Amino acid sequence: MFLTPKRIVRSVLISIWFMILVFPIMGIKIVRRVPEYYLDKVLAVGIAIFFLSLLWAWYFEVYKEQGANKGFFSKIGEKFSSITNKIAEEEGTQKKISFAILLFFLALPLFSSMYQTTIFSLAFLYVMLALGLNIVVGIAGQLVLGYAAFYAIGAYSYALINQYFGFGFWICLPIAGFLTVIAGLLLAFPILRLRGDYLAIVTLGFGEIVRLLLINWSSLTRGSQGISNIPRPSFFGIDLTPVQTTMYIYYLCLLAAMITIIIVARLKNSRVGLALQALREDEIASEAMGIDLRKTKLAAFALGSCWAGVAGVLFAARNSYINPTSFTFMDSAMILSMVVLGGMGSIVGVTLAALVLSIMPEYLRAFSEYRMLIFGLLMVAMMIFRPQGIIPPAKRKYHPTALENADKK
Amino acid sequence: MDWQYFLEILFSGFTRGSIYALIALGYTMVYGIIELINFAHGEIYMIGAFTAFIVAGILGTMGFPASAILIIAALVAILWCVAYGYTLEKVAYKPLRGQSRLAPLISAIGMSIFLQNYVQLAQTAEFLRFPIRMPRLEFLDVFGGILRSTDFVILVTSAVIMTALSLFIRYTKLGKAMRATAQNRKMAMLLGIDADKIISLTFIVGSGLAALGGTLIATHTMQVGFGIGFMAGMKAFTAAVLGGIGSIPGAMLGGLVLGIAESLTTGYFSGDYEDVLAFALLALILIFRPSGLLGKAKVQKV
Repeated sequence: MFLTPKRIVRSVLISIWFMILVFPIMGIKIVRRVPEYYLDKVLAVGIAIFFLSLLWAWYFEVYKEQGANKGFFSKIGEKFSSITNKIAEEEGTQKKISFAILLFFLALPLFSSMYQTTIFSLAFLYVMLALGLNIVVGIAGQLVLGYAAFYAIGAYSYALINQYFGFGFWICLPIAGFLTVIAGLLLAFPILRLRGDYLAIVTLGFGEIVRLLLINWSSLTRGSQGISNIPRPSFFGIDLTPVQTTMYIYYLCLLAAMITIIIVARLKNSRVGLALQALREDEIASEAMGIDLRKTKLAAFALGSCWAGVAGVLFAARNSYINPTSFTFMDSAMILSMVVLGGMGSIVGVTLAALVLSIMPEYLRAFSEYRMLIFGLLMVAMMIFRPQGIIPPAKRKYHPTALENADKK
Repeated sequence: MDWQYFLEILFSGFTRGSIYALIALGYTMVYGIIELINFAHGEIYMIGAFTAFIVAGILGTMGFPASAILIIAALVAILWCVAYGYTLEKVAYKPLRGQSRLAPLISAIGMSIFLQNYVQLAQTAEFLRFPIRMPRLEFLDVFGGILRSTDFVILVTSAVIMTALSLFIRYTKLGKAMRATAQNRKMAMLLGIDADKIISLTFIVGSGLAALGGTLIATHTMQVGFGIGFMAGMKAFTAAVLGGIGSIPGAMLGGLVLGIAESLTTGYFSGDYEDVLAFALLALILIFRPSGLLGKAKVQKV
């Protein structure tokens, strides 16, 4: 019997504790020097916490103790993980699903409104960003918190080169990509020795420095006003109508996202990718196995930053206006939460998480206000209940039977 | 050289620095014991400032004297932030003990984002004006305006609190248990120290100090906002690293050095790059002297 009086009393006490906790911040608001009280909100929190604490107790005291093979919920859990494993590990299923998704996205702008098309093109940029960060955080295990800085460097490279030298989109794309890689390497060189939390903090600092420079170096970047009139990409010299331009940018973003997915997937099981994964598991052991730590870490940063640069150029071209507020710590955190929720290192999971998390706020307006609140909470919950992510990455396995068969031949 | 101007800047640096030091102590104590950068610590400071603002707002309408209001507001803020810190550890960090080091760090970032948005949604996204002004201390007039009364109160309060904390850590049984747990948690547990309780205590003390810092800064800058925790937290972390993370006197020293360095840059060059200075300093220390000013270099064990 789970619902013993003791547990219920405990949950009631916990909910009272939380009600006291949130009382000043949620229950009182000073409006023009007059306090207003909102006790209904506090009560709502209390009720929610009561049920959550029961769930919490159930998870830690029943579910975890009795093992995951009993009861209704664990069956659902098993079913879910069998599906996710199937997606993650069976190539046939993966190919079928991705083909269907690709067809859907190819056809989408033909029947959707322009507004939706622009939303989806942004979602593809987030796929690129999340996959790029996934190389550094998920595959190589280096926690980078200033990823939006690379995004900013890409976007501003295109905008500034265009403003000062007049080059177009297609010339700027490789230049900006290259500049971002240089920035990634410049950041990586001094911090090769740092690990874990120190690395996280320095990259966060890097992100903030880039943002502050963009704001304060106003003679070059026009500060917080931003840069406007950034040209959209040209299409073989033909003038496009606004609708056509939107579709064109949509397909460009889709193409870029697809290229990213393919390259990152190929990279993961390549020689470099395996070295990166070894780095994630244990730095000292991988060094002992003959992996050059310096080279591998530099590779991780170069490979990771490059995608953010390209995404930045596309972003600048899509919006035709950029300013520093698009590249704050919250943006870095949002990209990171996509990687974390999708499953660090998992390409399917991260792609899915990036699509869902960037599209959902646009369609659920009520949700968009609470977006960052929920992201933050999800990051914590994910670490506690499912640290491997929604769709965990498939580990490479050796199949002994295959080896035996090979011996017989 | 204009001595009056220099002294003004120096004192404003000391004031800033002691606030940084108060927050940095929380970072350094937590890091010393569970090796976690508690990203949400800056938000606790912000919640402290907000709680003080709300209490001051309520009491302000009732006609209490300003000094009484400020003291009550500080006490309430400390009480609530202690509860926040305690709950934070129990909910977001304790279930993750024993997992890889990345997990609690991500959880901490998540918690920081959550708390920031929680305050923004529950209160407001705008800056609010703190309703109570610190009463003017007349005996400071002899300094001719170099030392303002808020500066004086901040300096004295933080000096007293930091001395008390040092004595607590040095001489009481709990302080001894904290030091033992920081040195070697397993060994401390074998000797009968309840490590869970010590970790909770660390969060409680750290959060209380942050709340005090939040209240003091609210009376100094006369405004509160949901976003003040991020930058203050980052700077305090810089201070903790500067002094040597895990070292308590180091956090105090680091806070003061950072505060004075910032004030001097703002006073003699330009305020635009004040935040850049802190981040650049942080990166440079971590790269060239990760053990900080007073920390000991750690030997990496395999």
